[in-house]
Amino acid sequence: MKIAVCIKQVPTREWQPRLNDDKTWIRDQDASFEMNEPDAYALEEALRLKEKHSGEVVVCSAGPARVAQVIREALARGADRAIHVEDDGLASADGFVTSQALAAAMKDEQFDLVLTGLQSDDQGFAQVGVILAEKLDLPHATIIMEVQAESGTLRVKRELEGGWFQWVAMPLPAVLTIQSGINQLRYATLKGIMAAKKKEIKKVGLPSLAAGASAGKQKIVSLYLPEKAKKTQLIPGAPAEAAKELVRRLREEARVIA
Amino acid sequence: MILVIAEQRDGRLNRATWETIAGAQQLAGQTGAPIAVLVPGANAGGAAKELAAAQVKEILTLEHAALEPYTPDGYTAALQAAIAELSPAHVLLPHTYQTRDFAPKLAARLDRALVTDVTGVKAAGSDAAFVRPMFQGKLTADVVPLGPAPHFVTFQIGAYRADQAARGQSPAPVRALSVNVDAGAIRERPEAPFQQARQAVDLSQAERIVSVGRGIKEQANIAVAQQLAEALGAEIAASRPICDAGWLPMERQVGSSGQTVAPKLYLALGISGAIQHLVGMKGANTVVAINKDPDAPIFEIADYGIVGDLFEIVPAIIEAVKK
Repeated sequence: MKIAVCIKQVPTREWQPRLNDDKTWIRDQDASFEMNEPDAYALEEALRLKEKHSGEVVVCSAGPARVAQVIREALARGADRAIHVEDDGLASADGFVTSQALAAAMKDEQFDLVLTGLQSDDQGFAQVGVILAEKLDLPHATIIMEVQAESGTLRVKRELEGGWFQWVAMPLPAVLTIQSGINQLRYATLKGIMAAKKKEIKKVGLPSLAAGASAGKQKIVSLYLPEKAKKTQLIPGAPAEAAKELVRRLREEARVIA
Repeated sequence: MILVIAEQRDGRLNRATWETIAGAQQLAGQTGAPIAVLVPGANAGGAAKELAAAQVKEILTLEHAALEPYTPDGYTAALQAAIAELSPAHVLLPHTYQTRDFAPKLAARLDRALVTDVTGVKAAGSDAAFVRPMFQGKLTADVVPLGPAPHFVTFQIGAYRADQAARGQSPAPVRALSVNVDAGAIRERPEAPFQQARQAVDLSQAERIVSVGRGIKEQANIAVAQQLAEALGAEIAASRPICDAGWLPMERQVGSSGQTVAPKLYLALGISGAIQHLVGMKGANTVVAINKDPDAPIFEIADYGIVGDLFEIVPAIIEAVKK
């Protein structure tokens, strides 16, 4: 089974937002980056499918040169090779541009299965996997919590809202967006890190905007810190005093504890 | 025209549709466009009748074999045909799991812009800008869709209140739409939805909830949160990553994929406040956040906050409660 996993590099969870001068994007140079968490689960699922059915896992990522960091990490965890669509403009690209870049780089590979995380922790569109399915003319399912792939057919458990699920069958090849928590992640071993150095990373450029291709479909006109919905009473002081004061206010002001 | 795509199953309307109508009415206030609501799927009549109370120009029903049961192929084909007939300027949808499954495909099929997870509408010159969270809620963006109409927009659950949607003087007219699509071309074969396990814990009825997030760091530390819950007479709950890790059972998860709660007191320990969590608990009466990061989004909706080390603060709260 030939499996593609699309991964994105996003700012770390600890990253404190800083904006560029015209306040339409973040200051990339101040950020530290990591693999988008849902994509890490997609990678793990691909590695498990390969262990079960044999085959190949190919990591695909669209982004600037710095993306090589998460590609190397994916190779160290066990992916066989990688395709990197490299362009500085992809750092802030919308879901259409990213999907288009990935689709162009992937279409001749004839993958049996394409996996990606359900959304990214940066822009959070939750669009790339589904648009990619449309661009590659493949069936898809989203927010997947279990994957069964046997002899040319696929049966997947799709998460619905509020604790409901649904099994969906479809022919291969297909595209799935993977929900966080579908499996337990593995980490790279020293052996894996050494082996990754010899694995192929194929670099390709952005497809030129030929007839029928899309330019960006949305523009961030302003990026800013969220406005507070409530006025938070921040309680200062050492832990013991702050705790005492909080309990007093919960009893006397909010009246929510006895 | 602003076209709202309703979500219903067997005549039962998803209430998030009303929230999207409230968003559509705000957008219509800027663009002056009339609003139509399209109700796809079998037995659309029931939901259509309910939605006719809204202050909108008309309700359209769309029943077709390709729409039952729900599949992304079927919905994309049928809605593509409906949109071709109606030529709307905007197509608005609630940001449900079902919308997330087909809307990007539909927008890509038509090669049109799709702005997802929107929480508000603003004027940006002559255009409408859509407000949405980015970077896990650490930042907010005003986004303008580009290119020809229609522009697709999905509204975050809870961004508008269902009762904000204006009702009309008299019921809106209901009209049946028909489309010509090939149900045989559908590739996905869905089975019936099911609930994994009967939920033994009904957090929606809890008066007080102590909820833990990534800040709890390791499984052994759950005990200190449990002690606080006992001291307060509260149920213990968690954000998704904690349940994914197996530190608490899935049935104690609060958020879009877990339970929706509305307790008198919600005490969030080490929860940053990603939007998927906030949608499950923002109906809480009093929210307390304890987090080491003063910029954590949870403080945007907290009534009381303490910035600091929860491992120092929580034992102190337990002590203070017992006095």
